[in-house]
Amino acid sequence: MTTTTLNHDEAHHHDMPTGWRRWLFSTNHKDIGTLYLLFALTMLFLGGASAMLIRLELFQPGIQLLDPDLYNNLVTNHALIMIFGAVMPAAAGLANWMIPMMIGAPDMALPRMNNLSFWILPAAATMLILSFIVPFFPGGGTQINTGWTLYPPLSVQVGMSMDFLIFAIHLLGISSVLASINIIVTLLNMRAPGMTLMTMPMFCWTWLVTAFLLILVVPVLAGGVTMLLFDRHFGTSFFDAAGGGDPVLFQHLFWFFGHPEVYILLLPSIGVLSHVIPAFSRKPLFGYKSMVGAMLTVATIGMVVWAHHQYTIGMSLGAVTYFMIGTILISIPVGLMIFNFIATMWRGAMTFETPMLFAVAIVLMFTFGGLSGVMLAVVPADMQYHDSMFVVAHFHYVLMPGAVFGLFAGVFYWLPKWTGHMYDETLGKIFFWTNVIGFNITFFPQHFLGLAGMPRRIVDYNMMFTEFNVISSIGAIIFGLSHLLLLYIVIKTIRGGKKAESRAWEGAKGLEWELDSPPAFHTWTVAPQIK
Amino acid sequence: MNNARSGENKNRRTTLLLSGLVVGMFGFGFALVPLYDLFCEVTGTQSLSQRKINPADLQVVKQVESDRWVTVKFDATVNPNLPWEFQATTRSMRVHPGKTYEVNFVARNRSGDAATGQAIPSVAPWQATPYFSKLECFCFNKQTLAGNQQTDMPLRFMVSPDLPADIQSLTLSYSFMRLKASKNKTDLSELLPQIAKQSATESTLPNR
Repeated sequence: MTTTTLNHDEAHHHDMPTGWRRWLFSTNHKDIGTLYLLFALTMLFLGGASAMLIRLELFQPGIQLLDPDLYNNLVTNHALIMIFGAVMPAAAGLANWMIPMMIGAPDMALPRMNNLSFWILPAAATMLILSFIVPFFPGGGTQINTGWTLYPPLSVQVGMSMDFLIFAIHLLGISSVLASINIIVTLLNMRAPGMTLMTMPMFCWTWLVTAFLLILVVPVLAGGVTMLLFDRHFGTSFFDAAGGGDPVLFQHLFWFFGHPEVYILLLPSIGVLSHVIPAFSRKPLFGYKSMVGAMLTVATIGMVVWAHHQYTIGMSLGAVTYFMIGTILISIPVGLMIFNFIATMWRGAMTFETPMLFAVAIVLMFTFGGLSGVMLAVVPADMQYHDSMFVVAHFHYVLMPGAVFGLFAGVFYWLPKWTGHMYDETLGKIFFWTNVIGFNITFFPQHFLGLAGMPRRIVDYNMMFTEFNVISSIGAIIFGLSHLLLLYIVIKTIRGGKKAESRAWEGAKGLEWELDSPPAFHTWTVAPQIK
Repeated sequence: MNNARSGENKNRRTTLLLSGLVVGMFGFGFALVPLYDLFCEVTGTQSLSQRKINPADLQVVKQVESDRWVTVKFDATVNPNLPWEFQATTRSMRVHPGKTYEVNFVARNRSGDAATGQAIPSVAPWQATPYFSKLECFCFNKQTLAGNQQTDMPLRFMVSPDLPADIQSLTLSYSFMRLKASKNKTDLSELLPQIAKQSATESTLPNR
């Protein structure tokens, strides 16, 4: 796809690497973006496979396929692979591809660090997978049955697979912190002359906030798991009650990271929506400034409400009241974003290509997940819902539409720009409908299961929950298989298709659409002038 | 060219600032360990041992409330470091606030070697902690069991008549911890008696 551009570039760069060197030693933001996206796609299928096993096991009450430890190990790995392996790298891939093109910069500010932050990821993924596999070998110890939250004392007692996991988290953390530093430096220092912070594209703003959040919270998680490692091997007692430690402290450290992480996953997709919805409504984004303000508010409040994940640990009334009010407050700026999207669509000349379909689905379904989130934020109600399938339904309704559908929308929106080919619109629409319908069949019944009292993270369940679990598992099969279609569409588009114009979508605005599709290997070597 | 150089310097400065922030946040994570204790102590947000109840406010002369029943449940666990069995002979009993009762726990050393342990009590719901008085308890002292020895461990207790009316049931839970340090853990013999003493004084407030 890039043969012509490669030849063109070799005229200027005599040491331009080819073959595997092009990828391993890459300092080009477009190539690294592609690597990130391919890595995320691989992890999506790995995490999806573990989710399929979980849903197959839950198809019937009783224990059919998986023993309880393996089940919990899969639950742990599904979460970690999806969050750290699929969603975050995919968002970083979009950032790498799009940010320099959007702000008129020739590349990321720190290209070599960019290379490092990607190539740490395969090593981290290997460690993560090893943590799953190691218990199956003689002397491998017990499986990680803690869930992704890694609460002690259980996580102190797990075998050596926990050590693999702790180091995997360290590596993943280093990777995303390096990527964040790079993105912030690029956005602050490399904008084209004339582009101010308040006129830069919305996707850049969302990533600026996301990157700051990552820098603020990922080191705290790294510290928390380091303490866990010390408790396990070096005789400290940070969390071990037998030595005067406090296991609840780990929960605070974890959720100090874990709650802002939700916005880290969400915001890049909000950025994608801020481009997709105006493009297919043929109207500029409604309320740019309020959008920026809302996002900064969400990020700020989001940093100080973490303990709403721990209402049941026995905090004082004053503390839970504070965390409840703070959490409910977040719904105001988030609501503002949603209203801005609706106002952008209002009386627009809308068309519904695949990216727009995903965008509309997000507005509807993310709002739904937000509402069940307000239910969970209320302390007395949460005492009832805590650790039930209702929570599982809630966070899948915010994370799938909020994060993953946003990434799908971004991929379909920019795929013509990246590959130079239009994807097959019919296949794209089939993918959208199977995906969204499968998703809803899978997760909607889980609300009822949770309200009826089915706990999460347990391999077996009471007979009375059978019907909804059967529905949910059937939905999961549709939902899971639909991603094979995504894979097919992406491969097909890379290999060929209708030639994409430089402005692939009629309503698309922004510097990236002034470049060829696909763009040359090096773009904006001369910075554009912004009028 | 000059421009490019100044741009590079700018990038370097921003990168250094951000790296400093990363290191700072990593340190902040560790600083949270003492800060967390301090915060809980000052605000009483979390800790079960910081209930500020003035002993003088509690009824010193015990009056048996013979028309009120409270269910007390007993729970016993052993930390894996200690090779003991430890059980409550009574699972649960109904008591009158203000009256003294006695129950027995049984501990048995499963190993052939002598070992010393200390039981750490905890009361759930935590709101009931100051109203549960242990008049005589094996948890006040460290306990040594010879190899394979089995022994009864008596507890005399009273639920204070000041127990809030909405608490009709409470659970007393003991965890037996080993006092001699195991290989990879810190020496607990210093620490545990302190914790035990602390929780013992709290829960015997009405008697002091």
